[in-house]
Amino acid sequence: MSEPADLIIVGAGPAGMAAAVTALAGGLRVVLIDSGTAIGGQFWRHPPEHARSVIPTEDLHHGLREYHALSETLSAHSHRGQLDLRLHHHAWSAVREDDGFVVHAVDRQRAPQEIAVVLRAPRLLVATGAYDRQLPFPGWDLPGVLTIGGLQALLKSGGVAAGSRVALGGTGPFLLPVAAGLAARGVEVVTVCEAAHPRAWLRHPGPLLRSPGKWAEGAGYALALMRHRIPVRPRTAIISAEGGARVTSVQIASLTSDGSPRPGTERRIEVDAVGVGWGFAPQLDLLVTLGCALTDSVDGNAVVAVDKGQRTTIFGLYTAGETSGVGGAALAVLEGRLAAESVLADSGAAPVLDKKRLAAVRSAVAAQRAFARALALAHPIPPAWSSWLTDETVVCRCEEVSAGVIRSARAEGACDHRQVKQLTRAGMGWCQGRMCGPAVHCLAASKQVYEPAERLVATPLTLGALADLDK
Amino acid sequence: MSELIIDGKPLAFVEGQTVAAALVAAGRVSWRTTRLGHRPRGVFCGIGVCFDCLVTIDGVGGQRACLVPAREGMTVTTEESTDE
Repeated sequence: MSEPADLIIVGAGPAGMAAAVTALAGGLRVVLIDSGTAIGGQFWRHPPEHARSVIPTEDLHHGLREYHALSETLSAHSHRGQLDLRLHHHAWSAVREDDGFVVHAVDRQRAPQEIAVVLRAPRLLVATGAYDRQLPFPGWDLPGVLTIGGLQALLKSGGVAAGSRVALGGTGPFLLPVAAGLAARGVEVVTVCEAAHPRAWLRHPGPLLRSPGKWAEGAGYALALMRHRIPVRPRTAIISAEGGARVTSVQIASLTSDGSPRPGTERRIEVDAVGVGWGFAPQLDLLVTLGCALTDSVDGNAVVAVDKGQRTTIFGLYTAGETSGVGGAALAVLEGRLAAESVLADSGAAPVLDKKRLAAVRSAVAAQRAFARALALAHPIPPAWSSWLTDETVVCRCEEVSAGVIRSARAEGACDHRQVKQLTRAGMGWCQGRMCGPAVHCLAASKQVYEPAERLVATPLTLGALADLDK
Repeated sequence: MSELIIDGKPLAFVEGQTVAAALVAAGRVSWRTTRLGHRPRGVFCGIGVCFDCLVTIDGVGGQRACLVPAREGMTVTTEESTDE
């Protein structure tokens, strides 16, 4: 693409793909960048194009028809030169400049080699998705214990199962496709511990009843789990993992209504891998640094505040997908379309969707958000989860800060994750609190939602790549 | 199958897999120890967020094994090997 871009989109998952397709249909020149080796994000994660015949993953996916349609359109625009698609590009900073934005990235196509890349456009859409939210428990840092997203990523992009006898635990519907996917690859899924009780759904049945598509998806996974005889245990949790060089067992327990283990119900199960996940934490690094206003989400996350067209509070900056509230891929696609329509309108270009279809997208977004809200209320983080921790349990994996040290910091008056960090180094290591942040925040007994720390550099890069910027 | 060199030994992988996927496929889930407690670590998040899976690749340290695609002839050094 020789002419300057009208729009940069960071993140080629469902939201970014859909946004790009709409913006391109409206005649804009788009740069779409993603750190992965293929488009699709985490939800439609695929092996790189050249490896798809040897690593079959089609059967692990949901909503692939939409993925293929979006992919084909993007690829056609890329051939025509209207779309500049850049995979392997890790965006580490986005800043405002004059009337637009500058995105700094490193191209890691030939990793570990890094090439600094600077992109400019008058408008920026950040669709960086989310990652698994984690709660520590004794033994969660043993090798063989992974996030459920990690188990699925290995399956979807590498065709690899991380174990042969796996226990899954946490809360939320994401446990089900991961269990079904592992079973489809011959893994024995010995238990799925879901901390929530299905009855929780009865308190907000409306959104569920109004979402027949979600019913069908859930029923499909339930059938797959039944076929593989995978026991799903509601109101239970993995409260510890044991092992040495690798996890060898987990302890599971029934939970009381506040989420503390019911005495006498503990059971040990032998495993060689474990997957855990407690919903998702949105990836807000670029957006927080740009200064977007945030708002509270019912799932305990701070998310980016947007208007009904996915505009953030910063002029020319848009966001779509999990960054404006965790709600899954179908919602992300719809929000991506809405965001691109706003970009078109704000650039003075004609809309792609007519008024009637735009209204239909808006009402579908409202329905999906209502569903996401009901889902978050039905799958909360158990209030008493920290009763699983001993004082020795590692909470910050990078700096190896234990629960006992964090509890002492709280006793000394630290009341959020930033203050705990200053006192204990929790959240100061390689991952910059991405793994332990929400948990440390809870342990500090903060009543507010979790707002991630500002990370000026969103992904580490070499000084060499930084020095290249001056060339 | 292609091969990379890990700690001086060949490791087969399927073209398209990451370094972490190749290691996990070979049955390895840890390849690093933490600097304070010397706890074994390997792949945890699998998507580049947690930095547990760090390795040295072609002489460059601090590489996330879960993000870097394996390449024929690539040399990977784990911390386990340097500790010994």
